[in-house]
Amino acid sequence: MAVRPADERVRDFSEVDTGFSREEAIAEAERCLQCKKPLCIDGCPVGIDIPAFIALIAEGDICAAAGIIQQSNMLPAICGRVCPQETQCEERCILGNKESPVRIGQLERYVADFARKEGVLPPERGKNTGKQVAVVGSGPAGITAAAELAAAGHDVTIFESLHKPGGVLTYGIPAFRLPKDIVDYEINRVLSRGVRLLCNHVVGRSITVQELLAYDAVLLGTGAGLPYFMNLPGEHLNGVYSANEFLTRINLMHADRFPLYDTPVIRGSRVVVAGAGNVAMDAARAARRLGGRVTLVYRRREKDMPARAAEIAHAREEGITFVTCANPVEISGETVVTGVSCVKMNMCEADESGRPSAVPIPDTQFVIDADIFIQAIGQGPNPLLLSLFDSISRGKAGNVIADADGKTSLPRVFAAGDVTTGSATVIEAMGAAKKAAKAICRMLQD
Amino acid sequence: MYTITASNEIAENIFEIWVEAPHVATHAQAGQFVIIRVDETGERIPLTISAVTGDRVRIIFMAVGKTTHALAGIQAGEDIADIAGPLGKPSEIEKYGTCVLVGGGVGIASLPFIAQSLKKADNRVIGIIGARSANFLILEDEMRSICDELCITTDDGSKGFHGFAADILKELNNTRKLDAVWIIGPTIMMKVTAEVTREKKVQTFVSLNPIMVDGTGMCGSCRCRVGNETKFACVDGPEFDAHAVDFNLLMQRQRMYTEMERISLERFHEYTCTSREEQ
Repeated sequence: MAVRPADERVRDFSEVDTGFSREEAIAEAERCLQCKKPLCIDGCPVGIDIPAFIALIAEGDICAAAGIIQQSNMLPAICGRVCPQETQCEERCILGNKESPVRIGQLERYVADFARKEGVLPPERGKNTGKQVAVVGSGPAGITAAAELAAAGHDVTIFESLHKPGGVLTYGIPAFRLPKDIVDYEINRVLSRGVRLLCNHVVGRSITVQELLAYDAVLLGTGAGLPYFMNLPGEHLNGVYSANEFLTRINLMHADRFPLYDTPVIRGSRVVVAGAGNVAMDAARAARRLGGRVTLVYRRREKDMPARAAEIAHAREEGITFVTCANPVEISGETVVTGVSCVKMNMCEADESGRPSAVPIPDTQFVIDADIFIQAIGQGPNPLLLSLFDSISRGKAGNVIADADGKTSLPRVFAAGDVTTGSATVIEAMGAAKKAAKAICRMLQD
Repeated sequence: MYTITASNEIAENIFEIWVEAPHVATHAQAGQFVIIRVDETGERIPLTISAVTGDRVRIIFMAVGKTTHALAGIQAGEDIADIAGPLGKPSEIEKYGTCVLVGGGVGIASLPFIAQSLKKADNRVIGIIGARSANFLILEDEMRSICDELCITTDDGSKGFHGFAADILKELNNTRKLDAVWIIGPTIMMKVTAEVTREKKVQTFVSLNPIMVDGTGMCGSCRCRVGNETKFACVDGPEFDAHAVDFNLLMQRQRMYTEMERISLERFHEYTCTSREEQ
């Protein structure tokens, strides 16, 4: 397994982590104890039979391992890369008590990459039931649900508002973490099972809610795409971006390759990013690759950062400066950003999230020079569709309320993923989508 | 892929295209817009829906940047990669009484759809369409056929009233009771013209055209200040209360990528010139 050196990788958007070789994969697989009661499976939101596929890797039968994984997960090359395995399957691995847990994520990725090169066939589509299901959004939740529903023989139509499927996998996560050919491949595999994809279709606009409700069932997987802004003075200055906009310009529109691609993005020489989640790390590292000196400002301490440890480490290796216990309070500039004023923060008692609440310390204001300021402080549910679905029950943050089966307050309408939870992980959205798809199948049988 | 079924230059450097896009055409309402992407390397740009017939949508635009130049070069029968929509909130159509629709330059393109909808809602509709010069004036006949009255202005006096649309609106506002006004055109024209109706507090709408990316509320690129609140033009607009919009901020944000837009256009012209020479 190899990670490309930082000084090389900051010059391009190619993948940072190059994965296991065959020998490394087999050696890692041989470490698995093949527990009688494997805890790792409980840690997997989509319930992959982890010991079974690892045993097949150890035997050298990678195609068979791929077959096991795809029984539970149609997006393994994606999940192998972006799942937080360290808090899921790998955290439960018994080997972690004494040494380090089996690198399950890397193994999943190895198998998926091998299968992609070998062209392992997707599972057969189920016998046609004649039932029509509409899936709204083609991100992790929508694609997973579509795969499950098609496998059960339902006629699935996905509505996607952008010109390309994938949702956050396409517009949000940069190629250095998740190469776009892999996203295309795994999504196309799902589509190849007879799933119909309609891009450029904005539900509520290109198709009305009434038209949508004419389907036998509807699954909402519209994600959490509404960027939150900090409401700071100077927020409208040129050079202030939401992380969503900055990353969409690069990942979906390829602004990093301007003028070969038409969409521009400002290449800041001094960039400030606010936030410390995975999206903040992605934005900071993307800005670094566009040639900027990047400072990431976070109001709490480094140990409180919500991003994955590996992403924080990669960001640091790539020369991102972390300013912790500080919070932006004002953006300066006439028409374009020239600096970000921050105030130092004191860590107080833990709040509801279990993290210490951060309180500004008076008279500690300082300015970081910047020509770009990117806000990565979180996202809410996509507002457009939901505003037109006015009768659906929603929580305080605007999220759709759904039960464990994904059922919403409207009959035949299910929801899964970030639209129900607010921004969470790819795999949690996939797990919820699987449950919702199963519930839809049960409902359609009756 | 979506087929361009017709393409015409209807005034100097102003083009009309019809795009086969049933998902847009069958749902479009007055005041809404589409996002178009010409090809695989193209950007996404918002353009107002000017009219619909059956499964087709009419878009009218001036060739100013790379994308609009490229779009102008597409012949009938050829395809564009993407058209998403209809996007944005429709115009607030109701029975107001007497409505005035003011269009400046290519902004006139938005008016026929709104005018028709207002007529259907039993309003008296007065059109004021203005351009720099007669050769830039569009949709005169169409607007004449819809509106109860139509005034034409040109900055240079080459057709109709010699002056600005705002002058005519001022005259109307002084002499008649106006119940609702739409002003659609270049940002500076909307800013100036909106002042006319401020004092009498005539309900006045403008349609904003900030820089957008997705057009569905996911990026915030199009954020505008309206009455001290931040609004996303793509989902909260594009039409807003003309007397509450911060036009100066909008103009500042519209200039965010001026330099890159110039580079893009230069490359496009270089490329099209070389390919012509090669032929």
